[in-house]
Amino acid sequence: MTALTTRLPSRFLPVLATVVLFVITFGVGSVRYDGFASGQVIANLFIDNAFLIVLAAGMTFVILSGGIDLSVGSVVALSTMVTAAGLRAGWPVPLVIIAVLLIGSTLGLLMGLVIHKFDIQPFIVTLAGMFLARGLCFLISVESVSIKDTTFRDVATAVIELPGGVTITYNVVIALVVVLAALFVLHRTRFGRTVYAVGGNEQSAMLMGLKTGRTKVGVYVISGFCSALAGLLFSLYMLSGYGLHAVGMELDAIAAVVIGGTLLAGGLGYVLGSLAGVLVLGTIQTLISFQGTLSSWWTKIVIGALLLVFIAVQRGMIRDRR
Amino acid sequence: MKNRLLWPIVALVALLLLNLIFTPSFFALRIQDGHLYGGLVDVLKNGAPTLLIAIGMTLVIATRGIDLSVGAVAAIAAAVTCVHIGTSPDFGTALAGMAIALVLCAVLGLWNGFLVAGLGIQPIIATLVLMTAGRGIAMLVTEGQIITVNNNAYRQVGAGFVVLPVSILISLAVLGLVAFTTRKTALGMLIESVGVNPEASRLAGVKSKTIIWTVYVFAAVCAGIAGLMISSNVSAADANSNGLWIEMDAILAVVIGGTSLAGGRYSLAGTLLGSLIIQTLTTTVYTIGVAAEVTLVFKAVVVITVCLIQSPKARAALSFRKVAVAS
Amino acid sequence: MTESPPPVVEMRGISLAFPGVKALQDVDFRLFPGEVHALMGENGAGKSTLIKTLTGVHTPDSGTVQLAGDAVAFSSPGQAQEAGISTVYQEVNLCANLTVAENILLGREPRKLGGIDFPAMRKRAAEVLSRIGVHIDPASSLGEHPIAVQQLVAIARAIAVDCRVLVLDEPTSSLDAGEVAELFRIMRVLRGEGVAILFVSHFLDQVYEISDRMTVLRNGTLVGEHLTSELDRRALVSKMIGRELGALEAIEEAAEKHQADGPVLVRAEGLGRRGAIAPFDLDVRAGEVVGLAGLLGSGRTELARLLFGADKADSGQLLVDGKPLHLRGPRSAIAAGIAFCSEDRKGEGLVADLSIRDNLVLAMQAARGWTRPLSRRVKDELVEKYLAALDIRPANPDALVRTLSGGNQQKVLLARWLVTEPRLLILDEPTRGIDIGAKAQIQHLVTTLAAEGTAVLFISAELEEVVRIADRIVVLRDRHKIAELDGGASLDEVVGLIAGEQLPEGVAS
Repeated sequence: MTALTTRLPSRFLPVLATVVLFVITFGVGSVRYDGFASGQVIANLFIDNAFLIVLAAGMTFVILSGGIDLSVGSVVALSTMVTAAGLRAGWPVPLVIIAVLLIGSTLGLLMGLVIHKFDIQPFIVTLAGMFLARGLCFLISVESVSIKDTTFRDVATAVIELPGGVTITYNVVIALVVVLAALFVLHRTRFGRTVYAVGGNEQSAMLMGLKTGRTKVGVYVISGFCSALAGLLFSLYMLSGYGLHAVGMELDAIAAVVIGGTLLAGGLGYVLGSLAGVLVLGTIQTLISFQGTLSSWWTKIVIGALLLVFIAVQRGMIRDRR
Repeated sequence: MKNRLLWPIVALVALLLLNLIFTPSFFALRIQDGHLYGGLVDVLKNGAPTLLIAIGMTLVIATRGIDLSVGAVAAIAAAVTCVHIGTSPDFGTALAGMAIALVLCAVLGLWNGFLVAGLGIQPIIATLVLMTAGRGIAMLVTEGQIITVNNNAYRQVGAGFVVLPVSILISLAVLGLVAFTTRKTALGMLIESVGVNPEASRLAGVKSKTIIWTVYVFAAVCAGIAGLMISSNVSAADANSNGLWIEMDAILAVVIGGTSLAGGRYSLAGTLLGSLIIQTLTTTVYTIGVAAEVTLVFKAVVVITVCLIQSPKARAALSFRKVAVAS
Repeated sequence: MTESPPPVVEMRGISLAFPGVKALQDVDFRLFPGEVHALMGENGAGKSTLIKTLTGVHTPDSGTVQLAGDAVAFSSPGQAQEAGISTVYQEVNLCANLTVAENILLGREPRKLGGIDFPAMRKRAAEVLSRIGVHIDPASSLGEHPIAVQQLVAIARAIAVDCRVLVLDEPTSSLDAGEVAELFRIMRVLRGEGVAILFVSHFLDQVYEISDRMTVLRNGTLVGEHLTSELDRRALVSKMIGRELGALEAIEEAAEKHQADGPVLVRAEGLGRRGAIAPFDLDVRAGEVVGLAGLLGSGRTELARLLFGADKADSGQLLVDGKPLHLRGPRSAIAAGIAFCSEDRKGEGLVADLSIRDNLVLAMQAARGWTRPLSRRVKDELVEKYLAALDIRPANPDALVRTLSGGNQQKVLLARWLVTEPRLLILDEPTRGIDIGAKAQIQHLVTTLAAEGTAVLFISAELEEVVRIADRIVVLRDRHKIAELDGGASLDEVVGLIAGEQLPEGVAS
């Protein structure tokens, strides 16, 4: 039993720390600013970051497996571009959605295959993917393309009323469904556990007879799919497609995953942690906008500082385990 | 060694020939007011900052590291210098501004080195901290404004000429200096040793931490100088766009040049070739009349091609197919 | 063991080449149900390659593999496992970040409602563990358990499926005597159930204790297949090394003991580190060979690392020439003339992607700092001298160390330290996993160095070797120094001390 009581905290410590951090930042906001501690502010956190939640969920898979995906921001941009251009050309909405998801998943598949089959570092392959996806945006159009499709606009502006007068968008529902699905896949399926195994020790996983190749490719497909889905949500949010959308969003996604307590070396971490990570990032942004006099660049500095703190904590934990 | 450089050379020559086809005067050089002009000079001039950063990156990568913060560091250097110069046209002010900026960059390099060597954090994530926060710091310095300066001394760094553009001369001088230092002292061997096997190096008495610290400081100073070049060329500092994505270009240059991201053996000549390839590619896309933004697609193709050619597994697959076809 | 049942595994004419190496040439191998079959050979003989060919890691260039009479060609370990061939490797190949239950059953876990049924999985894992007499919580993380338990979990994974063939590739190298006995008990149970067991071990005693039949390989070719009862040790060893035992006997004669009466060079007073080695006192004199005897995990490597400053001591002090030396790290030890060859040649010793030349001068160059490079001429002289003195092959200074054989790699590592002319040379398992010729050369070198006045601290898992060449033997048990014997001590004495009261089987010879 002692093993049980000492084990649980150490495994969940980073996630707990993130949740505590979220509560503290939110608490600080509530105390200092009127109207901060309202249900709608919380709902807005989800509304404004729905795409980032989806992105971070996909990134969690990749990082858990010991990889990294730098292409996600560009794939988001490409997805907004394909959506906008498709709708402008008069494609029906379902076709656009299918096309976008297919393109994202295929890009992920290709990157995964190159990484696995030819043993090239994920960093460099997904960097190429990042360039490729953004370049493709500009092949479609160098200018921003606005979305005028009425169905699409209706979905974008539709709200769901929750008890207490709080409203959310469909984006939030989709993001939460993705998180639940990711939870199920990571913790209840062989594929999910293999992701952890590969991240823990790839050689061992291979010798254990697990399908490491399929898993490694799979996480990039998932990440590509999530990026495309996030791109759709982002199109709903921005109502335009543009090659300069979501610049640097891959860094936000990575930051959210790391702040959420996932080990960058792989093998340790939770999707719920990543969700908490996104919420922490969102709260900081909200805080700074409530504060009013602080300039937006403080967001970057604070995120950098948070990254530092969490990395240092992780580092300490790894040392303790040895 | 020579084998490793074969493909980058082939790629560069092919690109240059492509330019020649589209722009017959591409190789023409002319001298005007004692300055050398021409397509090749442009390639070198525009590629100078990337080359400089790639040189620092090569040494960092050789120690199994990576430095994602160089773009942000370049922006900080540009911001600090331009804010210091302000409206002053003085030579001294410009010099002092640049000195302050470079010292600051060295401190930022020390910080990266501290995270990597001191705390033992994975380089990719350790430098991600400064990559994220660095641009915020640069904006803090410029208060979010684009700072324009009108200082002739400062303009020389990025836009000046001594027969050749000054920026090329600086980058090539740094390249030469690094090549000389690593070859003539034991620095090169110790860097490779740390990159191949850090623990074995430590037990052999190598000051691994000092070496890692040194390369990160060097990379940050290179980034600082590159930042000065970029902002001096337009006499302005823009914290948002100075050096944006230059870390990615630099890493590409290093990888195209045949240095493995896994650390160990590195090639400065390869990095030079890699930088030239990237810059020539950008020029080529421009000369064949495609939108400049689409260069990204070509970069992606070149990177993947070069990586595939250098990957032993891909080679094996390729030669296997050849054998199969032959039989 | 009658020959009546047909072999469950039959490999015929297996050949496999890697770039530049013919790893296996026309090797036949068969494995019968209900037997323990030892695969014997020196390092580089092709044992691991043959095993990996059987388990689907490698695909042979030519030859056939039959499983229970059917031709098979596995392209991954997963396929081999599905066909009933389970493997336990030397290094524990499990995932420390997963639970014990997941490590045992992942890949064939019970399912419910489209997901993994964790309660059923833990129950099943507990059953498998109890079958081999291991009682740990299946829900605990694997990484919390000591290596020996992890090894047993690996075996549990192997037998959790219907396994017809169990491959054990040096499973005993990280186990102590009691754990080896436990493993053998489990192996006998499985053998009784009709499982065919392929067993690899470097310890001859273990092989003779457990195996029924053995196949001997040498340089990638088959030497022969024998019943264990019909092949004596001497014959086995000569088949493995392919020559008479003269080389080893020569060293036994050469290793004459002498009582060193030189001054105390290095003295440890109450030196210790929590969790690694309890505080100990130790004197090492110039010109003597001090042997460290103890089982794996007894603290012998940990003791050596403290003397070298590779780990920091948290109690006691170290005196060199009677003056206290504060070790901040390997560099201060090196400056004081202490050198350390780690047991982990690849991980902590050599820099595989650098040339022989660079590896040879690395320690000396590191001591000088990067600003004072050794001249090319000095380097060449040193390299030439030590390539010849240690008979390093190939004698090409530009060859990458990665490409050398284990024995030659060890010699390069040794040479790196000899270049610095150390006063105390710490050798941690310098002869492990290298061929017998190189072994004899290294033992000879140790005695020569001592005769020239160097102090040597010699660690080896092979007690015979320690007893043979040490002038004084320090015995460790459970991370404590328990005794110091003079060079005349017999093997039995040392074994008795190590084992405590009960004499373990499989260690004494």
